Amino acid sequence: MSATGPERVELPYLQAASEALQDAQQRRNLANATTTIRAKRAAVTAEMSDWEGLRSAGKAIKAHALANLGHYLERLEASVTAAGGRVHWARDAVEANAVVRALVRATGTREVIKVKSMTTDEIGLNRALAEDGVQAIETDLAELIVQLAGEAPSHILVPAIHKNRAEIRSLFVRAFGLAPEALSDDPAELAGAARRYLRERFLATGVAVSGANFAVAETGSVIVVESEGNGRMCTTLPHTLISVMGIEKVLPRWRDLEVFLQLLPRSSTAERMNPYTSVWTGVHAGDGPQAFHLVLLDNGRSRTLADEIGRETLRCIRCSACLNVCPVYERVGGHAYGSVYPGPIGAILNPQLRDVRRDEALPYASTLCGACFEVCPVAIDIPRILVELRHRTVQRTRERSPLPVGSAEDAAMNAAARVFADHRRFEAAQRLARWGQAPFVRRGVIRSLPGPLAGWSAVRDLRPLPRQTFREWWRSREAAAGGHGGGSGDDA
Amino acid sequence: MPALPSASGARAARAPHRVALFVPCYVDTLFPEAAKAVVAVLERLGVGVDFPREQTCCGQMHVNTGYQHEAVPLVRNFVRAFAAAETVVAPSASCVALVRDHYAHLAARAEDPALEREVAALVPRVVELTEYLIDHLGVEDVGASFPHAVAFHPTCHSLRMLHVGDRPLRLLRHVRGLRLQELPRSDQCCGFGGTFAVKNADTSAAMLADKVADVIGSRAEVLVAADNSCLMHIGGGLSRQRTGVRTMHLAEVLASTEGSYA
Repeated sequence: MSATGPERVELPYLQAASEALQDAQQRRNLANATTTIRAKRAAVTAEMSDWEGLRSAGKAIKAHALANLGHYLERLEASVTAAGGRVHWARDAVEANAVVRALVRATGTREVIKVKSMTTDEIGLNRALAEDGVQAIETDLAELIVQLAGEAPSHILVPAIHKNRAEIRSLFVRAFGLAPEALSDDPAELAGAARRYLRERFLATGVAVSGANFAVAETGSVIVVESEGNGRMCTTLPHTLISVMGIEKVLPRWRDLEVFLQLLPRSSTAERMNPYTSVWTGVHAGDGPQAFHLVLLDNGRSRTLADEIGRETLRCIRCSACLNVCPVYERVGGHAYGSVYPGPIGAILNPQLRDVRRDEALPYASTLCGACFEVCPVAIDIPRILVELRHRTVQRTRERSPLPVGSAEDAAMNAAARVFADHRRFEAAQRLARWGQAPFVRRGVIRSLPGPLAGWSAVRDLRPLPRQTFREWWRSREAAAGGHGGGSGDDA
Repeated sequence: MPALPSASGARAARAPHRVALFVPCYVDTLFPEAAKAVVAVLERLGVGVDFPREQTCCGQMHVNTGYQHEAVPLVRNFVRAFAAAETVVAPSASCVALVRDHYAHLAARAEDPALEREVAALVPRVVELTEYLIDHLGVEDVGASFPHAVAFHPTCHSLRMLHVGDRPLRLLRHVRGLRLQELPRSDQCCGFGGTFAVKNADTSAAMLADKVADVIGSRAEVLVAADNSCLMHIGGGLSRQRTGVRTMHLAEVLASTEGSYA
């Protein structure tokens, strides 16, 4: 069994997306799953008379916490320390992994159990632990599935959304060394097989690693929200608990949870209330873990916070509602994004958190349809940030280019801007286009176009430009009416 | 044009209206019949129409592709062209949304306080066609007749940026002879997205394939939307696959008097 998943050679986004589009099985799985969850989310938010009020409150609390982040993080550190925990600060993934590795090494364990956590996936913790010969075992059923398959999660909340029952069955048969006839693809049987495997790990392993959905500065409490109860096993059975959280997860007050424990389950799993909400505050003699460590991770978040337009991205509570409604995510799936954060939120989060050229394609992987913004429980204006990040990509491409313009597209856009800046040039361009289209018109329709427009004509016909533009018609009508508009027009 | 049936009684009671028409660049060039239809509908309702010739393009392609600085001269041109207009009406939710959601920011980024003031004064006066008909004129029955099976695609920007809601459907329900067919998953994006259609051509094509299947599933003869951009994309797919389903701008249906016996 692979503990961490193999290192993959990352294809550029567009190539990865095109390959994913060819995977009929994955597209069916994704379409089924997202269609179901979409309808459920719509139902459990529509039944709330104060849903928009909750969204505004969630947005306001997060915005306040972020505007005073230094204060609340220091407060959190003081509260956690007072409750018997220890707080560690990590600037980036390397520092965070080093902290966790040192803590795990000190316990002497060869195995840690893990609560489902995006943040530890973000820093590649499992791989880092493997370098010390420590095996990290994912205990969330879906995380376990992708770990056993040697893959990466393809969805924030439903990491194995791209897999169906039959695929999971053959994976379990192989990974758990079962006889093929011993396991059907009945969901209850599949869950039973995973349970038998995991129960042994829960009882045998002394160290757990978790992320955090929220941490309350006022009380020092850390909160994990989950469905299976396996997270609860991890946060209660071992003697040592290490939690890694992004610094943006801090909430000022205990009472703020009232808002987020309503927003999160309804937006993510479309449940009124999630089955398990685990809260722990430091350590308690004779009850639960006797050592608790909280690792506060920056990893690009301070830089994002400094950005006036991009900073609202940090309000994200990782509910994944935006993935479920995104028509692009539904078709290309999560892996194409090349990050543990896929979909619309990934398209704005990755380019800001990390400085990777590959991510520059992500803000363009959207039609700007606005479905993500509409469902976001903390009202992150994702389309606006996508447009802003595109603007920055154009600027950076230009800076990198040895030429006065960044690219052929840049040159074309500049030329178009000059044409559109003056109606006389625009009208000349209209006449020129009508004349220039002649070679492409076949029997009254354009079926093939050159250059970058070939992508258009590959699947779409285009009507040729008509003989008369609207403005030419308007002028002829005005002339016929004696130089004044507003007369009855001849529609010829 | 033949004589039209009397539209709503409301219009006679009102003071004469006058609007400036904004015809998006691609509508002017590629789909003039949609803009002519807007003129026909507005004039039938007693609205005087101007077409300021200085207008060109709102700048949406530039802004949405990341060329914000390059869009500024277009913003200036738009503001200049429509400065004198009391109300600007456009048959495109997408272009109106661009003006509403981005112009203030573009002017601010250009560090031009005068332009910022002009934008702030103009933007509230720019409205989409169905907003104008229903909110400004108070008309739902525009006196149209169109005896065909029609499916309506509510475009993303009209739904989620302008929030026009059921305004287009209220107008369509009053069209004589029109049979409104249900379009499955109508709120799903068609996959156009401006330059997305060429930059992410495969994903756009995949989304188009699903939309085309839904249009066929609706059993409509004509697919109608209030934006020619989405229609150019969906219509291009419907034509390529020889589905026989036509596309028409909502204004063309509202201007139609086909089969009318008035």
